[in-house]
Amino acid sequence: NKHVIRGKSGVEQVKLLDRFNNKTTTGTLYLTATHLIFVESNVPGAHEIWILHHHIASVEKLSLTTSGCPLLIQCRNFRVVHFVVPRERDCHDVYSSLLRLLRPVSYDELYAFSYNPKQNEQQREVGWQLIDLTAEFERLGLPCDQWQLSDVNRDYKVCETYPRDLYVPITASKPIIVGSSKFRSKGRFPVLTYFYQEKKAAVCRCSQPLSGFSARCLEDEHMLQAISKANHNSRFVYVMDTRPKLNALANRAAGKGYENEDNYSNIRFQFVGIENIHVMRASLQKLLEVVGTRSLSVNDYLLGLESSGWLRHIKAIVDAAIFLTKAVTVEGASVLVHCSDGWDRTAQVCALGALLMDPYYRTLKGFMVLIEKEWISFGHKFADRCDQLDGDPREVSPVFTQFLDCVWQLMEQFPQAFEFSEWFLIQLHEHVHSCQFGNFLGNSQRQREELQLKDRTYSLWAHLLSEQHNYLNPVYSPSFAERHPVLEPSTQPWNFKFWRNMYHQFDRTMHPRQSILKHTLTLKESNSKLEDTAHTLQAVSSYLLSSPLRCTNTPLQSLSSLHDSSPDAPDGNGGERTVEGSSATENGYGELQSSFSSKNEPAMVSLEFGVARMTC
Amino acid sequence: MTMEFSEHIKTANVDDVVLKLPLRPALKGTLCVTAHHLVFSERKEEGSYQLLLLLRSVDAIEKSVENLLGYPQYPSAGPGQRMTGLSGSSGTIVIKCKDLRILQFDIPGMEECLNVASSIEALSSLESVTELYPFFHRPRELSLSEPWGLSSPQQQYAQTERLWDRWRLSKVNRNFSVCMSYPRTVIVPCAIDDITLAKAASFRQGGRFPVLCYYHRSNGMVIMRSSQPMTGANRKRCREDELLLQAAIDESEMGYIIDTRSAQQAQQARMAGGGFESKAFYHHWRRLHRHLERGKVLQESLIKLVEACGDPSQNMDRWLSKLENSKWLSHVHSALSTAGLVAECVERDGHSVLVHGFEGTDTTLLVTSLAQLILDPASRTFRGFLQLLEREWVQAGHPFRQRCAHSAHSHARLRQECPAFLLLLDATWQLGRQFPLALEFSEVLLLRLAQDAYASDYGTFLCSSEQERCALQVKENTHCLFQFLLRREEREKYVNPLYEATDLAIWPSVHPQSLQLWTGGQNMPKPWTRLEKRSGLL
Repeated sequence: NKHVIRGKSGVEQVKLLDRFNNKTTTGTLYLTATHLIFVESNVPGAHEIWILHHHIASVEKLSLTTSGCPLLIQCRNFRVVHFVVPRERDCHDVYSSLLRLLRPVSYDELYAFSYNPKQNEQQREVGWQLIDLTAEFERLGLPCDQWQLSDVNRDYKVCETYPRDLYVPITASKPIIVGSSKFRSKGRFPVLTYFYQEKKAAVCRCSQPLSGFSARCLEDEHMLQAISKANHNSRFVYVMDTRPKLNALANRAAGKGYENEDNYSNIRFQFVGIENIHVMRASLQKLLEVVGTRSLSVNDYLLGLESSGWLRHIKAIVDAAIFLTKAVTVEGASVLVHCSDGWDRTAQVCALGALLMDPYYRTLKGFMVLIEKEWISFGHKFADRCDQLDGDPREVSPVFTQFLDCVWQLMEQFPQAFEFSEWFLIQLHEHVHSCQFGNFLGNSQRQREELQLKDRTYSLWAHLLSEQHNYLNPVYSPSFAERHPVLEPSTQPWNFKFWRNMYHQFDRTMHPRQSILKHTLTLKESNSKLEDTAHTLQAVSSYLLSSPLRCTNTPLQSLSSLHDSSPDAPDGNGGERTVEGSSATENGYGELQSSFSSKNEPAMVSLEFGVARMTC
Repeated sequence: MTMEFSEHIKTANVDDVVLKLPLRPALKGTLCVTAHHLVFSERKEEGSYQLLLLLRSVDAIEKSVENLLGYPQYPSAGPGQRMTGLSGSSGTIVIKCKDLRILQFDIPGMEECLNVASSIEALSSLESVTELYPFFHRPRELSLSEPWGLSSPQQQYAQTERLWDRWRLSKVNRNFSVCMSYPRTVIVPCAIDDITLAKAASFRQGGRFPVLCYYHRSNGMVIMRSSQPMTGANRKRCREDELLLQAAIDESEMGYIIDTRSAQQAQQARMAGGGFESKAFYHHWRRLHRHLERGKVLQESLIKLVEACGDPSQNMDRWLSKLENSKWLSHVHSALSTAGLVAECVERDGHSVLVHGFEGTDTTLLVTSLAQLILDPASRTFRGFLQLLEREWVQAGHPFRQRCAHSAHSHARLRQECPAFLLLLDATWQLGRQFPLALEFSEVLLLRLAQDAYASDYGTFLCSSEQERCALQVKENTHCLFQFLLRREEREKYVNPLYEATDLAIWPSVHPQSLQLWTGGQNMPKPWTRLEKRSGLL
């Protein structure tokens, strides 16, 4: 199904330039309906690069050089490829085809609607049922004597960006809910999102109130009172406005704003100062510019890291989550979190807070539940933020990426606390943008239902669970969770680090050349194989002992076949060719082989230039 | 305890002292000052905590006293009542250690506090080497008759058979008369006799003529090191020095001189009598300059880094700009990339290399030892690494005494302090991060070495040269740290459980994104920083 470019199946003699050294690879470029493929030529076991069209953020034709026409492609998964196409005409063909392909205008054009993993209908259905939010609220002990399931949004009448099932205080009647929702941006009234059973404290979320300079709403005030009353452990409820105070003040002029402590009895109001989507977009842009610089000096790197502000923003989110966690777990107070619309910063803080409070979310499945709940069901606008359709560029923002980054920072501080490894986070990031599965398509649950995603696409969760061995953290310790149910991360600045494996995941020369993760996994695998062997041997020996007269060569045969089936080094990268980046093994954390084999290349030491090119 | 020590101790014991450590609950107990240690024991029935701090490891001490009664003394009190007048007073001592730990003691009684402080001040800065603790450390399980040190140039030579046809052992320095900072025996080209060597030595700063430090088995190339040639302003030359370098390589070969100074610095050095090998006289050698900072610049970098880490404001941007401003990671970067360049010359390009800077006792050793770690699998084993340190730092005459006199907290005026050795340990840690399976030792060993270089129970890092060690009979009167660490029960604490030997070179990535701040070494508060590990007794 390869696209034909001007009568040819592919463009030959295309050079791929490494963006950090002078290494070039020659190969052939193919274009399919879904992927751009580069196949290295004349090499046995040739290296292939598959780039999903949805992953391409921009294509640029640079000015013509003597060796050909350069084409620079930047991807949303932080891959940057630089091709040089020998003939200008071919380059233009690729360029214009890509432009056409990478800007889908309707959902039907997305990969998810054509992707077929060879599953039957039943498997597809089961896949969609793996993550069940009703069960999740049950796990939290809901409904209970203070909180009930409300059917007010059954038909998306009150708030079209919320899910159908919402948990509210039992004392919040329908008129109160409806009244409150009219006083909140986009109708996103306060609802429960996490329940800390030990202290009966709730984490609630909403959008900003339409308070302007002086407006009030009795129903909304009642709503907050109801939340407060549902918790007997505390006399007040915290209201966390996750925006910088200045932004909230500015919103008042537009008839929006924040809660006036005088109007609401028993609230404690707090700004936490996380910047908006535009600041975050610019920050990531700047970060990528800095770390994409060739021959970057250490000082420019550190200054660039600082001026991008990225780590400052990451820290702000972690700080907010810690505030939330302390209020709930230490003070036993309920907390209401909001920002402007309550679908970006609010999702970040609520999700990260829950991750700190509840070890369940630190398991592989629990993390899926957390994302399903805080991000997907509560209407984080994945389509807009991740630029799934050709939309408003000002709506694009790395809000979810930031959340994953925050989770990674926690993993670095608590290596034993998470069942999954960073490759799971990177894989999630990959698929938020890939549009290969239905989960993240669209902006709200309602929209997803309209698109009939459960009938027409497959669930990512089923896919990830089926290959979960790739994402497990070998040093995960469930007993750590028992000892540390609530995580208390340090917020010393040096604990916030640049996430190299995310932002440079395709720049292999930048990574540690040997991976502890991979090594540990290999050890674990060979360990379990040895255990199996031991079991079999035990069985064989007990068989031999129990029936000495039947000692024919049958057991011996099974012994020798057993020997064959337990090779000394279990192969870690088994498996078929997959789309680049779509599975953990493809992400190349087994770098050792290639880095060592590169030693055998003809020496091209250019000492003149003084660059120790140890990385070629 | 000798008289000299007890003179310094006016108050030996204080009860009800409170010890405060970062991120730990305060502890109450007894503080005791001995000739070489500060001992704190918590008074508890079971599992009581003890701290044994080597006084030598105190880098700075800050004291403050206050009278809780609000008035200094009873005006009418006689001399006998003076003590009671002070009973409501107390003092605080903050001890900043050379290994960057910070301890705070709250001491009841102003006089006791001042006495303890002045004892620590005096006893932590003893001038004479033989008064230091290694000369008194006599643990039951060790005997002074055990071997001191792990290797010698003789052993290195004997073990490398392929060296024999072109290289020889020379005892030209048997009395330390040719070079004060070299060991008695060195490895030099066969073709050069001792008289030529002595003449070449007179042309090199401090007599440090080019000697072999590494032989690369796969292609027979070598790494040598020396100090700068003393060409001076009039471009003096020395035939013997030229012959020596020529003898190190074949007629047809080329060699590289990696000068750890910038070209400009090397030019300027001529004004002070120093200089560089001019192309005209050293035909087969090609000179490359890689500027590595040293001395005061490096020491100030460490001080700034430690300051940045101690900043109580948790501001991200301030942290990053302070980290940048300290330039520490830039120094790590330069060290690794220069070592990578040397290794590349040897392994990929197939040329021998001579490394030097000014004196050839600091950055030179940093580069040659890192290059060996990259190239030589033997130096990545536990024993091999300690041997490397012994050869390239201890025996090669890194002036530990001056360089590690003070660390980042000291208020004393800087003299010749320089954390070159710490930088080596940091760069080694970076290698370990990038190749977590390649080193047989763990970060814990690097931390231990960092600690012992500044203050130790053992004699290994005492003095600045073999000559000094001989004169003070260090080997006869102290125990050897390296031998001690290799004892089975000690070794276990420092090995890397993931170690898998590889014969290949390990080429580190030197992208800034690939370098990390070594927080274990900067002794930032980490939950697993164990204080007890300092002492061999507890």
